[in-house]
Amino acid sequence: MPEIRTEVMTVNMGPQHPSTHGVLRLVLELDGETVLSAAPTIGYLHTGIEKTAEQKKWQQVIPLVERMDYLSAQSNSMAFCMSVEKLLGLEIPERVRWIRVLIAELQRINSHLVWLGTHGMEVGAVSVMLYCFRERELLLNLNEMLAGFRLFPSYMRVGGLREDLPRGFHAAVRAFLDAFPAKLDEYEDLLTRNTIYLQRTQGVGVISHADAIAYGLVGPIARAAGSDYDVRKYFPYLGYDQLDFAVPTRTTGDVYGRYQVRVAEMRESVKLCRQALERIAPIGDYAVADPRITPPPKDRVYTEMEALIQHFLIYSQGFTVPAGEAYVPVEGPRGEQGFSVVSDGTNRPWRIKSRAPSLLACQALERMIVGGLIADVIAVIGSIDVVMGDVDR
Amino acid sequence: MDADVLIAALQHAVPGAHVERASSIDLQTTVYVAKDEVEPVARALRDVPELGFALLAELTAVDYWPKAPRYELVYLLVSIANRQRLRMKVQLPDDAARVATVTGIWPGANWLEREVWDLFGIAFDGHPDPRRLLMPEDWEGHPLRKDYPVQIHMTPRASEALQVTAEEFRANVERDRRLR
Repeated sequence: MPEIRTEVMTVNMGPQHPSTHGVLRLVLELDGETVLSAAPTIGYLHTGIEKTAEQKKWQQVIPLVERMDYLSAQSNSMAFCMSVEKLLGLEIPERVRWIRVLIAELQRINSHLVWLGTHGMEVGAVSVMLYCFRERELLLNLNEMLAGFRLFPSYMRVGGLREDLPRGFHAAVRAFLDAFPAKLDEYEDLLTRNTIYLQRTQGVGVISHADAIAYGLVGPIARAAGSDYDVRKYFPYLGYDQLDFAVPTRTTGDVYGRYQVRVAEMRESVKLCRQALERIAPIGDYAVADPRITPPPKDRVYTEMEALIQHFLIYSQGFTVPAGEAYVPVEGPRGEQGFSVVSDGTNRPWRIKSRAPSLLACQALERMIVGGLIADVIAVIGSIDVVMGDVDR
Repeated sequence: MDADVLIAALQHAVPGAHVERASSIDLQTTVYVAKDEVEPVARALRDVPELGFALLAELTAVDYWPKAPRYELVYLLVSIANRQRLRMKVQLPDDAARVATVTGIWPGANWLEREVWDLFGIAFDGHPDPRRLLMPEDWEGHPLRKDYPVQIHMTPRASEALQVTAEEFRANVERDRRLR
């Protein structure tokens, strides 16, 4: 039998590849089906949001930061608002804090549903995608109800919220929360004990606990590897220390562990949403009563001179923020996120920097796929749940 | 753990280091570290059990141009074991904007340092892969510097009529169609 000639093959995967979740480019060196080396290239979605934000007034930054990590828009804007509120020294009303908890947890379910759908589809379980997007639609409807915008509601504001909750919001959220756990069981029926899914995910893309921490990985990736670091437990904000919830962890560190952690997190989020919803009065404060920051209600603008002046000042000049630096970490769907905000005392930020969990996850990708099979690369990219808008900003 | 205890532990771990406490309004205790001592201080922060800052959450820079010293590097660290957060800052002058890399201590710093080099032009000595991260490789300049020329100020001209006449508009559309 003649000897078969073998050579190392270089494969350029992406940037236009449906399973790279945006525009991630991987240069893979393959020996047969085994990945010998991987070099991720990013930057294709770099839009200079941080530079743009330096020329915007504080409230104008919110729509920008929502577009960084487009699957967790409201977590981004909440993190940004909380950092600015820390600089301003504002005390946020309790009702607003619970509404923020509710919105953040709904956003987490929303993000995990997109992740589960796309990840399932990439490893061959196409029907999961249809189910997940069916439920995600309900969450987007809730966003539409809140703010008239489904993906980027810009409902958070420095100092609170844009307006009060719409009529019927409690009932709509409750209807979703009642129906959702049964749907989660449906997804689990499709995947959790599915032999094909188990073979595609167990022992694939393993990262150890020590490596995860060294590479700055947080959130579900680290928790699947045995870490229990969750900002909500370690550095509680918004009153998470008064709520009853668990932090699901696994020790396998593989794709299947990340799947289990995220599904369990969705169940915990449902619990948190219920607890937050109980604490939200139907009508009440929706922003701090600070005339420098919160614009007056529209009916007063139309009838009172002072309110008109106040409205005009807030929307034309904005407000100034005392000079200083603040970073308030929150637990987003992809782990600790937050905005390092620097103010020079004017009405525009001097510098904002988003802590991007996806960037660090993307960096650690090489470690998870080298030595594995090329077919598993897709499963691993899906499992670390990178959003390229967050990687490149 | 109290901030004073933390700084005392750090000074004990790295004798002779210039660690200076700064005011902070958030969770992060803030310290300034001299730029030549970044590496030993970082190593102590990670390895000394009383400190245990194993997680580098963020590494970024701020350009305070035209003030001096111009740059400030900001390292946000988390000690999961001790439930403690720290902001380590390093001041860098405009003419010597370089500092030792911490990729040997926190491997996750690799891309973060590349991003700082890319957007601010702060060099990291001993970095294993000192390329740009986000901008194209042949890009000139460092966009997040405050003196980077993008902020073109024009007075608003809302009172003036549309700048293009109807004929010009139609010609533009026609030229566009021919090009396609």
